Amino acid sequence: MTTMTKPKIALYWCASCGGCEEAVVDLGEDLLGVVEMVEIAFWPVALDFKRDDVEALDDGELAAAFINGAVRTSEQEEMARLLRRKAAAVVAFGSCAMHGGIPGLANLYESEDILDTVYRQAPSVGGSEGTLPEQECRVAQGELTLPAFSASVRTLDQVIDVDYYLPGCPPPVGLIASAVTALVEGKLPEKGAVLAPDVALCSECPRAATKPDKLLVRAFRRPHEGLIDPGLCLLAQGLVCLGPATRAGCAAACPGGNMPCTGCMGPTSNVIDHGAKALSAIASVLDADGADEIAARVAEIADPVGTFYRYSLPASLLHRRVRPAARQDKEEVAP
Amino acid sequence: MPDHHFEPKIVAFFCTWCTYTAADLTGISRLAYAPNVRVIRLMCSGRLDPQFVLAAFHHGADGVLIGGCHPGDCHYQEGNYKARRRIELLRAVLRDLGVEEQRLRIEWISASEGEKVQRVCNEMTEQLRGLGPLPLDCPAAPAEPAGAGEAR
Repeated sequence: MTTMTKPKIALYWCASCGGCEEAVVDLGEDLLGVVEMVEIAFWPVALDFKRDDVEALDDGELAAAFINGAVRTSEQEEMARLLRRKAAAVVAFGSCAMHGGIPGLANLYESEDILDTVYRQAPSVGGSEGTLPEQECRVAQGELTLPAFSASVRTLDQVIDVDYYLPGCPPPVGLIASAVTALVEGKLPEKGAVLAPDVALCSECPRAATKPDKLLVRAFRRPHEGLIDPGLCLLAQGLVCLGPATRAGCAAACPGGNMPCTGCMGPTSNVIDHGAKALSAIASVLDADGADEIAARVAEIADPVGTFYRYSLPASLLHRRVRPAARQDKEEVAP
Repeated sequence: MPDHHFEPKIVAFFCTWCTYTAADLTGISRLAYAPNVRVIRLMCSGRLDPQFVLAAFHHGADGVLIGGCHPGDCHYQEGNYKARRRIELLRAVLRDLGVEEQRLRIEWISASEGEKVQRVCNEMTEQLRGLGPLPLDCPAAPAEPAGAGEAR
């Protein structure tokens, strides 16, 4: 290699499961090519760099920071702001950073109730003192602190300015590779772009040819209720497949694996609220006219919010379950 | 607790062939109705994207009213059935998101039913006055935009 300095990148995780980190590793041997092209300056899950190392960097010194996960704690928010300062470009990596993801479904509950469930009600919690984590705690050795737990889950761009979005749960390996390549070659699109195709998933679904011209569903069923024909359009089989309202780019991995699309790639660019568009698409294939008949079909869809907003509740127009006004005064929970 | 001086804001989506024409008739007949209703004309209730409803709530509406032709009377054959399906599914989502049922209402109002427009608008305004404002809690845009230009 030449002595030319390689662009530095950082990878960080906020409220996420670790699957996005796994997706980076899934680059396999291509990861070696990436390491050839860029220098990884920070990646807590894999490399022993600390926060101090990031703080020591000049502002804007990082070519890019890939941040996965939604934002729930004050620590995540601090790290996001720090990386924003140090990076020329911030990429919201994966469904959680982009739209809130699965952790975003916590916005259906109050933070007090979540802490109560996890630390007091869960059957696996031992002891009966009902201790909740405190932000500050005095012990013999001094004061201990924990990050604050905010009232709602936020997407990355509700906390910091974001330059690019890489959707998916996790982002498909091919999209990650082309994003890194575009970054190194300086061929990134305009700010705010989603680094994935801007067409609906059906366009790349192997079952697309079997989608009827006039799609009508008489009854919905869930994947475990009966056998699924491996070749036929899933919607035509009465499964709630969000393909018509979801962005392509994953090569229709779920329908290919005999499971309906759950919408992790998010919507295409002209949609504001993914869940609303998805429910609109599903409602329009319903073969029912009468009010009772429609109500019966709607009742067949278990957990409507979890179905249509599975990855996007914090990014939606309502952001979270409506809280009685009295409970909104507290910005952060100080248990 | 509902504010005594609270005036609800209602966004109404009326189809041009039936309910919007009925609202015209309400005016021509000099039937006054609550000024809390802001009417948006659609060609058909079937044009109603559920995003419109959520956007109305997002931008401060306390209630959304949808008016279309009676079942079987749609100018485009079946647009009002499409609206009905979408609204029922949206209703299921709104219920789980803690939005009271009375905040979203769909009514079939034909072009001759000017009085029904008056009654529905007044009724809904009264109901929402009792419910109080819809307390949404959406995050503001990031406080520190890094580069030039507006972040979306």
